[in-house]
Amino acid sequence: MAETSTEGTGTIEALSLVPKAEARQSMKDFKSDQEVRWCPGCGDYAILAAVQGFMPELGLAKENIVFVSGIGCSSRFPYYMNTYGMHSIHGRAPAIATGLASTRRDLSVWVVTGDGDALSIGGNHLIHALRRNVNLKILLFNNRIYGLTKGQYSPTSEVGKITKSTPMGSLDAPFNPVSLALGAEASFVARTIDSDRKHLTQVLRAASAHQGTALIEIYQNCNIFNDGAFDALKDRQSAEEALIHLEHGQPIRFGADGTRGVVRNAATGDLEVVTVTPENEARLVVHDAHAASPTTAFALSRLADPDNLHHTPIGVFRSVERPVYDTQMADQLDEAVEQHGKGDLAALLAGGDTWTVVG
Amino acid sequence: MTSQVSSPAEQTDGTVVGEQRKPGGVKDVRRLDRVIIRFAGDSGDGMQLTGDRFTSETASFGNDLSTLPNFPAEIRAPAGTLPGVSSFQLHFADHDILTPGDAPNVLVAMNPAALKANIGDLPRGAEIIVNTDEFTKRAMQKVGYASSPLEDGSLDGYNLHPVPLTTLTVEALKEFDLSRKEAERSKNMFALGLLSWMYHRPTEGTEKFLKSKFAKKPDIAEANIAAFRAGWNFGETTEDFAVSYEVAPAAKAFPVGTYRNISGNLALSYGLVTASRQADLPLFLGSYPITPASDILHELSKHKNFGVRTFQAEDEIAGIGAALGAAFGGSLAVTTTSGPGVALKSETIGLAVSLELPLLIVDIQRGGPSTGLPTKTEQADLLQAMYGRNGEAPVPVIAPCTPGDCFDAALEAARIALTYRTPVMLLSDGYLANGSEPWRIPEVDELPDLSVQFASGPNHTLADGTEVFWPYKRDPKTLARPWAVPGTPGLEHRIGGIEKQDGTGNISYDPANHDFMVRTRQAKIDGIDVPDVEVDDPHGAETLVLGWGSTYGPITAAVRRLRAAGESIAQAHLRHLNPFPRNLGTVLKRYPKVVIPEMNLGQLATLVRAKYLVDAHSYNQVNGMPFKAEQLATALKEAIDG
Repeated sequence: MAETSTEGTGTIEALSLVPKAEARQSMKDFKSDQEVRWCPGCGDYAILAAVQGFMPELGLAKENIVFVSGIGCSSRFPYYMNTYGMHSIHGRAPAIATGLASTRRDLSVWVVTGDGDALSIGGNHLIHALRRNVNLKILLFNNRIYGLTKGQYSPTSEVGKITKSTPMGSLDAPFNPVSLALGAEASFVARTIDSDRKHLTQVLRAASAHQGTALIEIYQNCNIFNDGAFDALKDRQSAEEALIHLEHGQPIRFGADGTRGVVRNAATGDLEVVTVTPENEARLVVHDAHAASPTTAFALSRLADPDNLHHTPIGVFRSVERPVYDTQMADQLDEAVEQHGKGDLAALLAGGDTWTVVG
Repeated sequence: MTSQVSSPAEQTDGTVVGEQRKPGGVKDVRRLDRVIIRFAGDSGDGMQLTGDRFTSETASFGNDLSTLPNFPAEIRAPAGTLPGVSSFQLHFADHDILTPGDAPNVLVAMNPAALKANIGDLPRGAEIIVNTDEFTKRAMQKVGYASSPLEDGSLDGYNLHPVPLTTLTVEALKEFDLSRKEAERSKNMFALGLLSWMYHRPTEGTEKFLKSKFAKKPDIAEANIAAFRAGWNFGETTEDFAVSYEVAPAAKAFPVGTYRNISGNLALSYGLVTASRQADLPLFLGSYPITPASDILHELSKHKNFGVRTFQAEDEIAGIGAALGAAFGGSLAVTTTSGPGVALKSETIGLAVSLELPLLIVDIQRGGPSTGLPTKTEQADLLQAMYGRNGEAPVPVIAPCTPGDCFDAALEAARIALTYRTPVMLLSDGYLANGSEPWRIPEVDELPDLSVQFASGPNHTLADGTEVFWPYKRDPKTLARPWAVPGTPGLEHRIGGIEKQDGTGNISYDPANHDFMVRTRQAKIDGIDVPDVEVDDPHGAETLVLGWGSTYGPITAAVRRLRAAGESIAQAHLRHLNPFPRNLGTVLKRYPKVVIPEMNLGQLATLVRAKYLVDAHSYNQVNGMPFKAEQLATALKEAIDG
């Protein structure tokens, strides 16, 4: 429970324009007076607690924090944060947040969305926010199901999923949100899990420090319509084979005592999982989240088996510096003033060719 | 360039003033009170540019004018075909005029297709200048001319000027190091030079324009100027053109002031920049390219030094979404589009209604449904603007009536949006957007004050004495809710599209609260303070013609014709479509007959009949073109007599 605040945000360049809180904050400061209305046992509770617990660490004036969401269970999130917030319409949160973030650089703008909201109805806005690199932190709660509409398959559901709308099994191949984001030129992509508060907080911390759009995929359990979807990553036993913790600068190893690892296949260039031996240990891929090329990050995103979640990396896949849209937009305004002077309305209206009627 | 227009006589001495070229004295000069010219050619022939330049020359000369660009949706439609014809009509006069004119007095036809597509609009006796070089057998066959109309006598009723425009242009440019094809491209400037001679237009503006347009290609600039001058000289020397014409400046038609020529989209853009300045709020435009609205995006993107942010979004929905986000953050937010874009934005407009944030939605209407006629005009989005959303989602609707009026309409839309914290629909159309007219440049100190107050502290006291902020506590007079922008300490609140509890803004599913909120949102819009509609009725007429939007010019011209013929007719024109002016019902009931001409199938008539139970009659045209004054006059005469 983060009941303390650090004063370290002055060092986070991404937040340098956002005013700091005058007093130390606690988790309580970020709880709104609204009753939380998710189903009992929903993974959203854990994510809300992690975010509310993490916010004091940033030490930002809470009036300068805005949560924008779309539609879906996760999108109720802003009501529970005692910050500014907007619960908008289905899929459009990244677009709305783009307008807000690009006009108000003194705000820390967060988007809360789900797999249906972000990847189905709002897929277009998500990819364009990512390619523009607007200063937004996007929390994508992925529960691989439509919860609020009571259990239809989602764009991340596994093929063949039996749901109310697919009694004979779904036919669509699922999106891999991390692969999608990397393909959309995202400058920061991470994945974490609702139940791992410590890891979730680490990822939030890294995302906060990032300049530009950060996409965080959060595996979130829907205990009503898709219960246990991520159990393979949560059960200590199965997680041994399933979960790969990515750490920048470290060889990618997992499993009991790090007996498993990831190497590059010299013939195909693909990544593959091997049992680590003295012979292949030197070939283990060292994770470089800051690599200029997204190639390895993409290959890592493809390791996971979408059906049994084996070899699922979590952590920061990619975090690179790239020009930030709202910064550049502001720079162009400054440049225009430098070049042409501050706008003179009378001169604008008069234009070049005029004539005068003197009566 | 500023010229003083004090009396027509000063402009007609036929002498050369500085760089200004004036026709010499040997030829006959006739004085006209008005002229309608139509330039027509292939969509790649530069007819819009030619028309624009002739318009600028005419504006700076001080005539009143009105223009009608008319072009296909294809950028380069198949050459030499009827659908590929692009035209630009200009009506200019020594007096106050209202429309681009019904029938051209002069047609410049750059090829057989242009002649064929436009000849039907010409009255007998009109002058036709044709580019004979393009009247090849093949080109004529392509548009169905079995024999040459230049030779078969079919144009005997007209005053035909066959001019080998292409050959003359190429000849004039032989000193330049240009390929024949490059040289041919300047034939529109040759035609412009010829017409400029015929109508005594000032030329220095065009030469300056060409130098600046081709600043990076000075040889092309020089070639175009040479072609332009050659056209002028051709008029002056050839015997075919025995007469030139003067149309004196319309000094008496205009109130005292400084004027410029302006198109609707430009005026609208300036109105938005001005509104932002008058409100002291940064302007944000979220937009997706769409004809005929894109020029507003282009224009506003040039004015970053006014603090204007333009965002070319990934789609129409993101355009309005970003604008709404900017509005939440305290910008004067705008989205610009045309009918199909409004359809896509509907859900977000509904959200804006629910959030009660100021937002301008500019719809430059075009022919519909669906893609319809992208480059043609129509006013068939009125009902979409009024009702095109789920739930009870009232939105104020206002419509400019002339190109210059788009400036004032933008300011008015901003006033309503900011005062009442509501999305506002501004309905312009393709005719206003691309058409132009002289516009009196407003003095900056005569512009309205649009300043707003953001919420800065608690606005409600709870029973226990606690001071709190209620985001949906309303101003008792306007019913507007407070605009509390992020960054304001102590006012943290959450808004959204789910129904809110009155006052607190918390989510509420309470039936009585929903009923109350629906009625309150409607009451807020119904209560917007709009000026009364004015009725022009000098003779106590029995028949009222009621219009809205861009039909103002043709309707007013038709009314003038009828009155000149001794008829009695009253006229009223609506700028505010929602809410209607308070006195509209009373006005309508004063007249036994009410006629509503619209470029749709009777949308305003539907609203008026429903609201006022008045037996209003529709007169409709949906052919993608504005009404002609004569046609309307005939229709209104039938209404008077009927």
